[in-house]
Amino acid sequence: MAEVFQAIGAATALSSTNVFNSKRVLFSYRRSVSERKTSVCTLRSDGSLFSGLSSRGRKAEPLTAVATKTESSTASVASKPGHELLLYEALREGLEEEMEKDPTVCVIGEDVGHYGGSYKVTKGLAKKYGDLRVLDTPIAENSFTGMAIGAAMTGLRPIIEGMNMGFLLLAFNQISNNCGMLHYTSGGQFTIPAVIRGPGGVGRQLGPEHSQCLESYFLAIPGIQMVACSTPYNAKGLMKAAIRSENPVILFEHVLLYNLKERIPDEEYVLNLEEAEMVRPGKQVTILTYSRMRHSVLLAAKTLVNKGYDPEIIDIRSLKPFDLYTIGNSVKKTRRVLIVEECMQTGGIGASLAAAIYKNFFYELDDAIVCLSSKDVPTGYAGSLEEWTLVQEADIVTAVEDFFKPKELRRNSGS
Amino acid sequence: MASAFYTINTIQPGHRTANKTFNNPNSPFLGSSRKLRLVPFSNTIQSAASVRRQSTIVAVSSSDVVKKKKTNSSFSHSDLLITREEGLELFEDMVLGRGFEDMCAQMYYRGKMFGFVHLYNGQEAVSTGFIKLLTKEDSVVSTYRDHVHALSKGVPARQVMSELFGKTTGCCRGQGGSMHMFSKEFNVLGGFAFIGEGIPVATGAAFTSKYRREVLKEADSDHVTLAFFGDGTCNNGQFFECLNMAALWKLPIVFVVENNLWAIGMSHLRATSDPEIWKKGPAFGMPGVHVDGMDVLKVREVAKEAIGRARRGEGPTLIECETYRFRGHSLADPDELRDPVEKSHYATRDPITALKKYMFEHNLAKEDEFKAIEKKIEEMMEDAVEFADASPLPPRPQLLENVFADPKGFGIGPDGRYRCEDPKFTQGTAHV
Repeated sequence: MAEVFQAIGAATALSSTNVFNSKRVLFSYRRSVSERKTSVCTLRSDGSLFSGLSSRGRKAEPLTAVATKTESSTASVASKPGHELLLYEALREGLEEEMEKDPTVCVIGEDVGHYGGSYKVTKGLAKKYGDLRVLDTPIAENSFTGMAIGAAMTGLRPIIEGMNMGFLLLAFNQISNNCGMLHYTSGGQFTIPAVIRGPGGVGRQLGPEHSQCLESYFLAIPGIQMVACSTPYNAKGLMKAAIRSENPVILFEHVLLYNLKERIPDEEYVLNLEEAEMVRPGKQVTILTYSRMRHSVLLAAKTLVNKGYDPEIIDIRSLKPFDLYTIGNSVKKTRRVLIVEECMQTGGIGASLAAAIYKNFFYELDDAIVCLSSKDVPTGYAGSLEEWTLVQEADIVTAVEDFFKPKELRRNSGS
Repeated sequence: MASAFYTINTIQPGHRTANKTFNNPNSPFLGSSRKLRLVPFSNTIQSAASVRRQSTIVAVSSSDVVKKKKTNSSFSHSDLLITREEGLELFEDMVLGRGFEDMCAQMYYRGKMFGFVHLYNGQEAVSTGFIKLLTKEDSVVSTYRDHVHALSKGVPARQVMSELFGKTTGCCRGQGGSMHMFSKEFNVLGGFAFIGEGIPVATGAAFTSKYRREVLKEADSDHVTLAFFGDGTCNNGQFFECLNMAALWKLPIVFVVENNLWAIGMSHLRATSDPEIWKKGPAFGMPGVHVDGMDVLKVREVAKEAIGRARRGEGPTLIECETYRFRGHSLADPDELRDPVEKSHYATRDPITALKKYMFEHNLAKEDEFKAIEKKIEEMMEDAVEFADASPLPPRPQLLENVFADPKGFGIGPDGRYRCEDPKFTQGTAHV
């Protein structure tokens, strides 16, 4: 059984003075889950370490509003303020820490070695660890993904970088058949502790093929987990968790988020792959989002708060499986759900999430779920077309306002 | 002795060369740095230019050796390719493969197994010739025609038969079936249903072997991986992509093409622009070898050299084994397309009969020893079927067990607990 969590030191506290572009980001935490053989440690957002058997209680979370300076939380021990870095550097930091700790962790992908990664996530690693450990592959996604899977079966822990997640379409054979299913097909004999990561999503006029959001394509594959990072803090934490997980994990990054800056803790921390992140607690409407749209939602939330609304914003982070506990609690509280995503409207993550919420929490809802997604069109190159394809802040504000309008006056800003 | 390998004629259908005496077991392998000495033996020889590449990368055939041994029947022991013990081992392994597949057919028609079952009858020489040279730590990757590869590698017949019956005592707990034989203990990495998708996995296993040696500094890591696949796969992108990567990084892998001329109903010649698959090796910088896959001794000689090459770190080899399947593509295939003349031609080259003949001629074993082995295998098959019959089907709790290595992957339910903590999870009835 893999140890998913690890924290250094007995009483290290998580810094609560993280600054993130003047927005406050609150971290959710989870009581330790495992009652199994290994004891695990969870780092809680209030800084305490919880170890040992699970408990069912959950502490109240301190409230903060968006875009206000925060008071420090009730951390027991004041810690160092941490260090500031960009998201791609956070990814690299997490990656490097894991490579340092475990020599079987290796990186496989195009231009990850000498070039340092097309978004510089693996910069400097080849020099440090050698060309075999940070392997520059020929352009053969299906085959090098399969090769990484074979390596994972025989004892290594590879991280496969897709130069763009769209290229994973070429590796679908290996991801679906082998990555997802081999553990089951072999009767549990072989594990595939691989991580597949890379940037996706709409950038700045990259054209239809480089602007794809493929998360939902992989949603139905049994046996894999999917997470999406959105801040340097969760990027590093999820990267480490994904590498340590015994399951195959697909980590979705976003092209426009690589230069996001945030102050993250100096202490080592690992996040929970299956949990969602409470970004802004509220009472009126639950906004579920992930990846880049989180930031659009936060911008829209500024407007909404000024107009007197009180949205609860959750970054779902775990795309497969959904964290139905955090989401469910929020739905029960606000009774209104707005999903904001960059995925396609038809067959997107939002569509599946809405179905899951209806299935589990139908009677908690006062209104139909509104799902704002990208239009079912390829993302055109022209700036204007690209803008109309995606969800914009104004759409989010409109959608929230619509919840409180009678049906005839709603502007149908989503479906 | 100088190399006795020569370039081959263009292969014409139906004109496959009969069993030529394999000459010269001590000659150096074509992939070595020795120069290839070309001796024209017919007027249809290929141009030498096609072979005159870098001295280490050549494509040759070992099945058209012309020089014949002296015709009198007494062979000195140093000319023998195998010892008596080795011969009996090879014989037993091939009889095991044949007997198992025949039993499979019986059981299938009796309704004990279902789905797609692909039998290996006729191709035993390839599996036995290669896999009997491996250690337990070496890996084998195969396709859906994988029962015999698993057996040769050492997976007990009971476990394979159980797997075919879909019982929980099968090597994959009944979850894989005929096309997905896996064994961690014996390093059988599958068993793949889509053709070509096993080759990258094999390349990965070879990569791990190299990684262990060079990054983890495990000096004794010289494990070799064999990837078996067919002629149809050789037109697939994954094949070429992996040839490239394996040669690029000198991975310890041997690519074994079991060219049985047919991909279900598609003749190799109708599907391939250049049907000589062994020639595609040098295009990627590795030796390409063609061998008579119906002759276990020839296969074994070629295999020895290729596996040795890989173990020494000299890189991959592509070996095309000309072989034939006596049955249809699968048990559901009516096998109407293949010419009966072709079938009977290859029936005369049955590898088991050929080996028996060789051993008789060289006084390596007697008839009753062969009979004893055949009887032993028969009993083993009966035992395997009995065991599989008596084994239970997978119970309900098994449904959710192996989906994730870490079952937390099923996520957190609305009640705040992980789904895998639900007591119904171990009963297989939890909602996930």
